[in-house]
Amino acid sequence: MTQARSYLDHAASAPMLPEAREAWLAASEAVGNPSSLHTSGRLARRLVEEARESVAADLGVRPSEVVFTAGGTEADNLAIKGLAWAGADEGRRRILCSPIEHHAVLDPVEWLGGEGFRVEWLPVDSLGRVDVDALEAALDDDVAVCTVMWANNEVGTVQPVERIAAACAAAGVPYHCDAVQALGQLPMDADLPGVTTLALSGHKVGGPVGVGALIAPRDARITPLLHGGGQERDIRSGTLDAPSIAAFAVAVRRACADQVEVAQRLTLLRDDLIDGVLAAVPGAVLNGDPGRDAPGRLPGNAHLSFPGCEGDALLMLLDAAGVECSTGSACTSGVPEPSHVLLALGVPEPVARGSLRFSLGRTSTPEDVDALLDALPGVVQRASRAGSPRFGSR
Amino acid sequence: MRVIAAMSGGVDSAVAAARAVDAGHDVTGIHLALSRTRQGARGCCSAEDARDARRAADVLGIPFYVWDVSAEFSHAVVDDFVAEYSRGRTPNPCLRCNERIKFSAVLDRALALGFDAVCTGHYARIVAGPHGPELHRARDDAKDQSYVLAVLGAEQVAACLFPLGETLKSEVRADAAARGLAVADKPDSHDICFIPDGDTAGFLRERLGDAPGDIIDAESGETLGRHSGAYAFTVGQRRGLGLTVPDEQGQRRYVVAVEADARQVIVGTDSLLGVRTITADSPVWCGTPPGDPAALAVQVRAHGERVGAVVEHDADAITAHLESPLRGVAPGQALVLYDGTRVVGSGTIRATHARAE
Ligand SMILES: Cc1ncc(COP(=O)(O)O)c(C=O)c1O
Repeated sequence: MTQARSYLDHAASAPMLPEAREAWLAASEAVGNPSSLHTSGRLARRLVEEARESVAADLGVRPSEVVFTAGGTEADNLAIKGLAWAGADEGRRRILCSPIEHHAVLDPVEWLGGEGFRVEWLPVDSLGRVDVDALEAALDDDVAVCTVMWANNEVGTVQPVERIAAACAAAGVPYHCDAVQALGQLPMDADLPGVTTLALSGHKVGGPVGVGALIAPRDARITPLLHGGGQERDIRSGTLDAPSIAAFAVAVRRACADQVEVAQRLTLLRDDLIDGVLAAVPGAVLNGDPGRDAPGRLPGNAHLSFPGCEGDALLMLLDAAGVECSTGSACTSGVPEPSHVLLALGVPEPVARGSLRFSLGRTSTPEDVDALLDALPGVVQRASRAGSPRFGSR
Repeated sequence: MRVIAAMSGGVDSAVAAARAVDAGHDVTGIHLALSRTRQGARGCCSAEDARDARRAADVLGIPFYVWDVSAEFSHAVVDDFVAEYSRGRTPNPCLRCNERIKFSAVLDRALALGFDAVCTGHYARIVAGPHGPELHRARDDAKDQSYVLAVLGAEQVAACLFPLGETLKSEVRADAAARGLAVADKPDSHDICFIPDGDTAGFLRERLGDAPGDIIDAESGETLGRHSGAYAFTVGQRRGLGLTVPDEQGQRRYVVAVEADARQVIVGTDSLLGVRTITADSPVWCGTPPGDPAALAVQVRAHGERVGAVVEHDADAITAHLESPLRGVAPGQALVLYDGTRVVGSGTIRATHARAE
């Protein structure tokens, strides 16, 4: 592909940071299983433990609270199933969940719902904010886990995590927070009172795909998902991937060190993008919290609906014009589905089907936004001729 | 040209897309999701075929997307299929899919999105003629699929690309292998795609339920037996009648008519199956309409024989007077008209007559 490409899909996966790649390559040259007792094994172990200390320092937690996983999905599954199973031993059989979680949270929760747990969906408003009063009212000592993400991956809405955590702490209910999208974009204190577990993923912040972490205090009661060598505090088994963990730590370091500066730059760029799209395309609608004064929206997220168009037609035409973005969730065969997040926000299905997410990251430039704004009006015009939400028939 | 290549996940459409790329077109691969089996929360459709199609597009280095036409397909093809059988007719769902989905909904959408043509792996040829592009039979007569394309009007024919029309099937497999396409030795699909187990009668029974009625002798009017649904029978069918009473001459009995309203299946000997006159409605012309009358050849089923006929037509109907009788012609099938290798047009068969009229 020779055409210059504007990558506006950082929330799906961000380019790897050069220093993370270097850390990975350096670690990959060494042999050794971090669990082996010989010198090579000790060297590998040292890399892992240094990475653990680095991540812990960046997030304000103790090293023993960092459990490395094979990505965000595993961290979410471990926390939700692990807390639910352990809670069930004490007679806790309810699960509280927001309806706008990522599938890595939603699907384990729904699965547990079929395994004897009672799932209760927390109400969200039209901007995607969880109703904390309703959450407080639902909290009780029979709740095994409450799960609400820090910031939404589709519409970018930031949740009142501090209040949710405080409410859960007061009720003695374990709280899991998916912070995969928040890391690097929002100020983050993983030691927030009331947050029991926190899920992180490497590839959203310039680390490798397939590595992440669950932040979990030592006294959290979590039943393991993977049984085996018990490498990670006996709640996670599997030979540790030293190169990926080392690279992940480098990416987390940069994400936390640069967060304020990155957030400031991306907020300006994002607002230019949103203003530009709304000016260039009459009828376009911004979804989620506008986030103009308070940090109600992820700095890198712009999510818009184009009524009368189909999202996948827009995406295809933008891709052909060199601009890359996303429509939301698609099943494995690639059939576009209306986003469960937009539907939960009360967006009508035909409008939900005509929506695009543009997500900015560290390498985004004003030229990327310009490329989008150049291409978009013509693309929307074509896509609306092709119709929505279904094709016309002869 | 900017071309949409419909990629089913099979070898033919993959090679067709590859040849469109070779011809210098700007090709985008599309897999049509025709149905969704409800699995899990996110209902996935023929995931295997979509994956094969995507992989072929990767090898060709072309963009690839899935277009969800399941709602249109279920309405225009599957519901129509069931409704036609319930009326005692014999529909051809592939033809209906070409007419209503591939070269209608999909073509319309492609044109609106700025594409110029739709490319498929059908075995048929588009040939430049004096009055514009013409639809012709494929060089590989055994694989020819012009019959199921005869529902395309001139405008649609003008926006089609069939890169396999000059090729033998065996050459297509070799071409796929040479290009490193993993689908090179994937078996062909023969069944109706939405009835993968091939049990059409079972599929219809699930949707139409029990509708018992009599099996009646065409000549004597006598009731010979019972059936549990006339929709399970097609003109020309011999098996599945379950008749115990033998014919006087010991001759085999065939379904000669299905009377859906009366729930009757009419049976008779071979000699009653011969048809000399066919009337069809909803005429479609693939190019300029023929003269009236015109001496043409007609075909009434995919890969069926062609016979000469004198054809008369007006805006609403086609009547074909056959030179020699055709056997087993059922209402609902398409009457396709040929002039040599050129496809002239088609209509949907409404009635047949044993006599030359
Ligand atoms: C909010 C959220 N949670 C979880 C995940 C899953 O993370 P991973 O891709 O590392 O499994 C993602 C990424 O798609 C995400 O955006």
